[in-house]
Amino acid sequence: MTNYAIEIRGVEKNFGGIRALSNFNLKVEKGTVHAICGENGAGKSTLMKILSGIYIKDGGTVVVHGEEVNFTNPQQSRARGIGIVHQELALSPDLSVAENIFLDDLGQGGQTVNWKEINDKAGRLLTSFGFPIDPKKRVGDLSVAYQQMVEITKSLAKDVSILILDEPTAVLAGPEIEILFSNLRMLKAKGVTILYISHRLEEIFRIADAITVVKDGVTVTDLDPKTCTEKDVVTAMVGRELKSLYPPKDTKLGDVHFEIRHLTRRGVLDDINLTVRKGEIVGLAGLVGSGRTEIAECIFGIASYQKGEILKAGQPVRVSHPADAVRQGIGLVPEDRKRQGAVLAMGIDENMTMSKLSGVSKLGVIRHGQETSLAASLKDKLRIKLGRLTDPVSSLSGGNQQKVVLAKWLNVGCDFLVFDEPTRGVDVGAKSEIYNIIHGLAEEGCALLVISSELVELIGLCHRVYVMSEGHVTGELSGDQLTEPAIMSLAIPKRMAS
Amino acid sequence: MNASASGAASTPSAGQGAASAKQGRFSIVGLLLEHSTFVVFILMLIVAMMLSDRFYSVTNLTNILRQSVPLGVVSLGLLFVILTGGIDLSVGSLMALVSVTVALVMPGYGLWGAILAGLVAGTLCGVISGTLVAYFRIAPFIATLAIMTVARGVALVASKGQPAFIDNVAFNDFGVNSLAGLPLTLYVLIACFAIALFIYKKTVFGRLVISIGSNEIATRFAGIRVERYKFAVYAISGFACAVAGIVASTRTGVGSPILAIGFELDAIAAVVVGGASLSGGRGKVFNTIIGALILSVISNIMNLMNIPGYHQQIVKGVIIILAVMLESLKLRYASRS
Repeated sequence: MTNYAIEIRGVEKNFGGIRALSNFNLKVEKGTVHAICGENGAGKSTLMKILSGIYIKDGGTVVVHGEEVNFTNPQQSRARGIGIVHQELALSPDLSVAENIFLDDLGQGGQTVNWKEINDKAGRLLTSFGFPIDPKKRVGDLSVAYQQMVEITKSLAKDVSILILDEPTAVLAGPEIEILFSNLRMLKAKGVTILYISHRLEEIFRIADAITVVKDGVTVTDLDPKTCTEKDVVTAMVGRELKSLYPPKDTKLGDVHFEIRHLTRRGVLDDINLTVRKGEIVGLAGLVGSGRTEIAECIFGIASYQKGEILKAGQPVRVSHPADAVRQGIGLVPEDRKRQGAVLAMGIDENMTMSKLSGVSKLGVIRHGQETSLAASLKDKLRIKLGRLTDPVSSLSGGNQQKVVLAKWLNVGCDFLVFDEPTRGVDVGAKSEIYNIIHGLAEEGCALLVISSELVELIGLCHRVYVMSEGHVTGELSGDQLTEPAIMSLAIPKRMAS
Repeated sequence: MNASASGAASTPSAGQGAASAKQGRFSIVGLLLEHSTFVVFILMLIVAMMLSDRFYSVTNLTNILRQSVPLGVVSLGLLFVILTGGIDLSVGSLMALVSVTVALVMPGYGLWGAILAGLVAGTLCGVISGTLVAYFRIAPFIATLAIMTVARGVALVASKGQPAFIDNVAFNDFGVNSLAGLPLTLYVLIACFAIALFIYKKTVFGRLVISIGSNEIATRFAGIRVERYKFAVYAISGFACAVAGIVASTRTGVGSPILAIGFELDAIAAVVVGGASLSGGRGKVFNTIIGALILSVISNIMNLMNIPGYHQQIVKGVIIILAVMLESLKLRYASRS
């Protein structure tokens, strides 16, 4: 009898002429947390989809709990006790939390639904995992972080012995990550094997028992987190040493270019004041739901506010529609790239020029030649890796998709940009490129506001960071004060801390 | 290929992988599926030849082309609405309203006055639908359903429920005469097709209409006033209905309040058979015209074979289902590779 939960030997998967996985090998010990690291496009998601029965492998063997398996559909994978929590959540927003958790067996074996039973059961499950969620609440009303907790609960409600988590912490903030980790440890103690896919190395080192690095569809190396360093993993992932993820904070700061005074949005934001100078990168920290994204929504004309004013270059600006914002030179790289940031089905070039089509058209007629050369120059400037400029944005990796969104704003020539989670779902290499682009914008004299749940990112990138909690700005940190504990102590609501 | 700071420059990235996979997918099946609307049309023409020897007579072909003009024009207008993810159910009623308007205005204001009044009436109805959808955020289905009923009602009231005869030789001749061997009205369709193709392919407007249908939120987040475009597509559809209503009246010589009842379903069918997605963002001008021709040819074949009208409805319904199934097959084929 083997003590491996999963054994993968020589697995191949091709798409057209492209090898997504070639001679792929992986051994996952039972009852461990096994991390899979690799850049986007390295083959992690292909591997996951083969394990969950969404893709059929072209060759090689997959052994689950000592038995060879050949999944041809997701049901077979589930029957073997493999559960998966995708990065993109698969919940029905109009159903309640409990309904989502028990969606495939609402009747609990019967034909009618016993709502009390379902709700109680869901409530007990959620409590046992430490998720503070009302099972009767509509999922669409929950924030992304809470939706993910529901997704995890849904997966754990089944009898899973192998749980695959794809970038589970991408949408979580501090305390929520702690909750997730304590749950993973609890599951591990119960003998559940966890395959943990993440870009965030600090987390991997905290939770993983073993690390496998994947690059270009092959296993590069297996590492032991007890003996190796983060640097070793990064080196294996990108194939060379990555010096520093963050550019130097050496930009010349100018006058205050953007200012928010006494901004109040009923029930969400209370008397927010902040300033951003030319060439300055200002961070906005806080837990999910603290009001960071809501500020961005007010700045960009997506949501209205009751009191306060927004000033740019000393002049008050009135923004009631994103179009107003863009006209004022204000851009937003939104939180949800796939829903808000890019039109995935449309061409890369079309997305790049969308916000300023007047630049490539005359009397409403598009000059395709001009558009192509403009898109090509943006592609070169941002080093976007693509096949053809006319390919849909969906064909790109997360990092390159984000660069297309950035290209859109570079094309507009915004001098104030808000980045909401700019590196979510983006691999290490592309991350450092995005930081460099942000730094480059600051050097050109843009004022920049960066919202992020990754504290390291804010500390590494920003000159100054405002910390938010429950709709208030609770502090402002810069220079040596800018540390993780300092941010966290300001971010955690007072009544929770005491 | 670019040098990359990530150090992964020497190997293909995910993006390039997907792109070249797309190029590598070059099979006969893929090609046929890609141009499925056209393939279906050709097959239909072959089948028509086998079913009836009268199909390929000049008279019959001219007839088909003439009949397909109103449907083609309306479908082109409707395509823009459907591209945004909307729907326009009012098209048949608008045609009736326009035809009645033309007939009633003609005696007092002459040929051009009547045509102008017809165009204004149709466009105005489209403007109302557009306002309801874009600015009052009423679901397109509901807003245009209401306009459909109202327009039909106005047409019936204005004409007192009676067909109004149009007494103008030039007007009525337009519907039956030919130029260079092709029906005059066909040139109207050709012109509409050219304009629609230009808007779709070349203009900022066409680009943004497609973008709104693909992802309205992201389009708005790009700083586009999506409301304006959503408004405009209904006005365009109204205008197209006006053109179609006028053309239809030139053939019959009457302004009829019961013209084009149920026509919205034919028009939606033509657009969908042409491969457009009712959820928006996908659809082509050329394929829409082919879709309209396919529907016209089906009717024609069944008429030639003396299949009664009621039976024809059943066949049409089945063909629409097959077309949509083919479309989803196509999507599945595309996503598998």
